[in-house]
Amino acid sequence: MAYGIEVEGLVRVFKDIRAVDGIDLVVAEGEIYGFLGPNGAGKSTTVHVLTTLLPPTDGTARVAGFDVVSDGPKVRAAIGAALQEAALDPLLSGREHLRLQTALHGITKHERKQRSDDLLERVGLTAAADRKVRTYSGGMKRRLDLALALVHGPRILFLDEPTTGLDPQSRSALWAEVGRLAQEDGVTVFLTTQYLEEADVLADRVGIIDHGRIVAEGTPAALKAEIAHPTVEAIPADPEQRPKLARILEQFGELTQVSPKSLAVRLSGDDFGLADVVRALDAAEVHVEHLQLHAPSLDDVFLAKTGRTLEGAGSEQPEIADVT
Amino acid sequence: MTRLQVASLARRSILRTLRQPAYVLPPLLFPTLLVAVNAAGLRPSTMLQGFPTDSFLAFAVAVPFIQGALFATMNAGTDLARDIQNGFLNRLALTPMRGSALLAGHLAGVIVMGFVQSVFYLAFALAFGVDIASGPAGAVMILVLATLISAGFGMLGAFMALRTGSGESIQAFFPVLFIFLFMSSMNAPRNLMTVDWFRTVATINPVSYLIEAVRSLVITGWNAEALLLGFAVALGLIIVSTVVASHALHVRMTRT
Amino acid sequence: MSGSPWRAYRSVALGVAWRTTHNAFTTPNILIPSLAFPFFFFAAFVGGLSQLSSLPGFDFPAGYTAFQFVFVLLQSAAFGGVFTGFGIARDFEHGFARRLMLAAPYRSAIIVGYGLAALARWALTATLLTIVALILRMDVSGSGVDVVGLFFLALLVNICALGWSAGVATRLRTMQAGPAMQMPVFLILFFAPVYVPLTLLSGWIHTVATFNPVTYFLEAGRGFISGEPEYVAGAFATALCLGILAAFWAVRGMRRAEAAGG
Repeated sequence: MAYGIEVEGLVRVFKDIRAVDGIDLVVAEGEIYGFLGPNGAGKSTTVHVLTTLLPPTDGTARVAGFDVVSDGPKVRAAIGAALQEAALDPLLSGREHLRLQTALHGITKHERKQRSDDLLERVGLTAAADRKVRTYSGGMKRRLDLALALVHGPRILFLDEPTTGLDPQSRSALWAEVGRLAQEDGVTVFLTTQYLEEADVLADRVGIIDHGRIVAEGTPAALKAEIAHPTVEAIPADPEQRPKLARILEQFGELTQVSPKSLAVRLSGDDFGLADVVRALDAAEVHVEHLQLHAPSLDDVFLAKTGRTLEGAGSEQPEIADVT
Repeated sequence: MTRLQVASLARRSILRTLRQPAYVLPPLLFPTLLVAVNAAGLRPSTMLQGFPTDSFLAFAVAVPFIQGALFATMNAGTDLARDIQNGFLNRLALTPMRGSALLAGHLAGVIVMGFVQSVFYLAFALAFGVDIASGPAGAVMILVLATLISAGFGMLGAFMALRTGSGESIQAFFPVLFIFLFMSSMNAPRNLMTVDWFRTVATINPVSYLIEAVRSLVITGWNAEALLLGFAVALGLIIVSTVVASHALHVRMTRT
Repeated sequence: MSGSPWRAYRSVALGVAWRTTHNAFTTPNILIPSLAFPFFFFAAFVGGLSQLSSLPGFDFPAGYTAFQFVFVLLQSAAFGGVFTGFGIARDFEHGFARRLMLAAPYRSAIIVGYGLAALARWALTATLLTIVALILRMDVSGSGVDVVGLFFLALLVNICALGWSAGVATRLRTMQAGPAMQMPVFLILFFAPVYVPLTLLSGWIHTVATFNPVTYFLEAGRGFISGEPEYVAGAFATALCLGILAAFWAVRGMRRAEAAGG
């Protein structure tokens, strides 16, 4: 199998912070690889190293068959990147951005216009092409960002939190385009995200990173199956029965709180199911107004591997304000 | 491909400047306003024995060329700093763009603006009755020298942007450059300065030689010494600022 | 907020004053230009132009250093007000002014707070400038009352400039209003006998300077420092009137900002 990205023992240190602390991963050609982790986990730093914007402190990485340290220009010719900031010039129009980008990539004058028009149509910006970027919405900026990353027809695309701050509609549109790129054009996509749903929906395989290390890797289904056990969530009809509800649920596994009103238990083992919980609640005459069974999520995977949820984990990591 | 890169980046640099009125009008208006005010307020200076001309406007009209270059430096530097802050430089770094093309494109924008400004100042001077002692050829020489001065200061602005990555730092540096202007022979010939320490400072200050070179073309004619010193300082500034800017770019754009 | 209205008003004003002053004194980018510029103007004018005092008709016994000290003092006062105006514009642009307006029961107290901060900043500049001028052996022939009069006049100039700048800042609410704040102050300062006495000016500049109130501030100030006060009543009356107008302009600007939602 040909690999789009191969990383071995990658380390990147900033002063005394090991932002990337020895990661190994491979991404096959044409695969969408989701790199999931909380803020400060090392996702963007990894992307900066793989896109040759930062040299690694240790370890090796090959992208499109080229070493990121010794073959930087060849790597850059083979990749496109839409980084965490949209990185656009507010004074230029969308079309002018494409004109600049195509010129910098050495695309011939004849081809430049056609390529620009095609990309603008593809990302749905034809009507807004001649407006200055400062008038664009967040979603439009992200789409332009994607178009700019595709200008030279790269084989590998790096997307660093591409849908952060977007409304659901814009997010879905971007997902659709990324999926199309991989399926129809065979582009390898390395996508970093802190959104579980994004990784779940888009990625063929997911790597979960925490404190600079990969803590879990596999297809979303396989990772969730590892955890295997669902969660039962219940809201007591009478709030005063909450302690009694907690004592009953504790018999079936580890208690968690989903919301201020509800309690949940991650069922331990294969011996217990929803029916057992219902019978126990009946026997104890604890009435519930809501009872639900949740399948395992990637957040459950993260919790199982790290002891924290993804949402709570971000606030603990030291932020590296400037990866340069 | 490098020529295309330079042309594209230069085009962008010029477009950005023209699309920000705050970048176009102050460099044109403020220096001319200052010289007009000073020409009126300092007219009595021409009565001092040994003052080289009876028109203070002719004496002072060299100053806007330097002052305009400072404005262009700050504006272009701030634009480049903004590119660093918002990640646009990373976008450029991911293309086959050469670092030298980035600097050349940046410089091209500054030079175009510097030339336009110089034409404006020259037109202003002629409109208000200043006689260019060195004639039409001297006027052309003024434009050449002023453009070189803009280039030198423009590269300095690029260095500051690449070194600090911050538009605010560049704005904070503007007063420092202004001080170089004021501690020069901007308002009086050095040989008439009676305060020794100030005369020494003005003599050491390279900006004095830039001003005096332009001034000599306006009020004296062809003064080889003044022109040689002025061109030497301008070229020296270009060389030094290009070297430091290139190094700063190499550090800033740490791509492999 | 409990307590008397006066207490509430004072609380807002002092709070804004503290924050603005603290930011100015702990941010080198803000502090250094406002301190450095007056010194360099002073050095450039005294160092580069003192030969003008030998011109026939330049009748100022206290010497060129004192002659320029008065201008630079007034200029630093004026630009101190303008720099504080920049800060107000920045606060509006970044949304911080909205926070102040939401919290303050008396919004004109916000302007007073900015004014106090401008005075604090200028006090530092004026003190350092005076020390440097004295080290350069500036001749102060005026009495203690004269010197107090000079500084009080400069204080009024500071208030006028702040009022003007605050009015512009609250109306435009963007840093791009900087030139609109700065240019009129610059022009009014320099369309005055900056380098030589009024009697040595000629042409249009003489006409303009004759009608420019700053001319009389300079004449009064130079009179104070040389011990021969003149135009005192006129200068103070003009400064007070302009100060009141500027304050009115600033408060009206704040009302406009309120109406626009900050």
